[in-house]
Amino acid sequence: MNKLISYEEAVKKIKSGSRIMVGGFGLVGCPLGLVEALAKANVKDLEIISNNLGEPGRGLGMLVRQKQVKKAIGSYFTSNPEVVQAYQEKELEVELIPQGTMSEAIRAGGAGLGGFYTPVSVGTKIAENKEERILNGKKYVLQEPIKADFALIKAKKADQLGNLIYSKSARNFNPIMATAAEVVIAEVEDVVEVGQLSPEEIVTPHLYVDYIVVKGGN
Amino acid sequence: MNVKHYIAARAAKELKNGDIVNLGIGIPTLVADHIPPSIRVFLHSENGILGVGPSPDQDQLDPELVNAGKKPVTIKEGSSFFDSASSFAMIRGGHVTVSILGVLQIDAKGRIANWAVPGKSVLGVGGAMDLLEGSKKVIVTTMHVTDKGEPKLVKELTYPMTSERKVDLIITDLAVFAVEEDGLQLIELAPGISLDEVRQKTDAPFRIAESLRTNEVTV
Repeated sequence: MNKLISYEEAVKKIKSGSRIMVGGFGLVGCPLGLVEALAKANVKDLEIISNNLGEPGRGLGMLVRQKQVKKAIGSYFTSNPEVVQAYQEKELEVELIPQGTMSEAIRAGGAGLGGFYTPVSVGTKIAENKEERILNGKKYVLQEPIKADFALIKAKKADQLGNLIYSKSARNFNPIMATAAEVVIAEVEDVVEVGQLSPEEIVTPHLYVDYIVVKGGN
Repeated sequence: MNVKHYIAARAAKELKNGDIVNLGIGIPTLVADHIPPSIRVFLHSENGILGVGPSPDQDQLDPELVNAGKKPVTIKEGSSFFDSASSFAMIRGGHVTVSILGVLQIDAKGRIANWAVPGKSVLGVGGAMDLLEGSKKVIVTTMHVTDKGEPKLVKELTYPMTSERKVDLIITDLAVFAVEEDGLQLIELAPGISLDEVRQKTDAPFRIAESLRTNEVTV
């Protein structure tokens, strides 16, 4: 059960039109090697689920610049002016979700839930087309779970089984995205022998992880 | 006097020992510089940190340690890291005591707009709605008028509302307003500011507290 593959092997699995979750808060915790490999691959019409779309020409911004992204689902895209431009030129569809609702929807997707009611965004433009419900006298809107064909995530270290630990604020969306996609590929700095990570420190247990690529490796 | 630091210093006076505090981008970030040494508060950053410390020196930059504004930070002893879903569960679940946020407009009921500008593509909401919905207390810190001199405290919002939830306290460079059941109440004037000036630069109606006073915050 060898989960270690190269960047090329990883990216070959991804076809045009795939729905892909990509970890990271901006560039921090983004699997930049996998994204770069995707930028070199001949895939397009991608649907990207990520908090942001990188920076101009960096991280997921590369895929935007090369017009490989058809739709983006996330919470904050204004930090990349090229995303704003692509949206205005109707080259890119955007679905905006409050950050907490987005992260919980991914968690719900990975946890087998049919959705949840959240008070966040009630009465705002974001909730215009969402089902509203009053529970115990308080207004909530329905949020459906978010799942994907692939999750590309970044971790600090894996063991050979695929158990993962993260680094500081580079953890962000990565552990939840690891739970919510058909195929999960983790880019890591380092792979260690089984037994070298303490069971107490493992954040993502190996059952979520399908493949591992080592940063800088082939 | 630097007015932004004055606003931040006034906001810092609202914090209590043990508070879990989330600071937004802009003036709210400056609040960290004015927390009195006599109290200990814990700064929460929605990208997954509890226990944020001051900005690092240039040679101590850690690319994997940033705040929600994507600026480099440090951590304090006793800090922890967690994923985004846990971080927002803390916010939505009412575990963050105080959020201090920036704002584009505030209406007569104390509801705010701080995420989108009419006429521009709306492509970012971030954590603004979550923080407003879930934080136990919300303080907004802002300049009283826009760069063009237009009042930010307005009768009705012309910018998209962030939440139906009202904020609790509004601190500007000119005044402090408490948000009450029946609307805004002017409770303090900034040093050297007259009631007339506040009236002139505020579009939203407000009551004047009997205890109205000029505060003594200096920076």
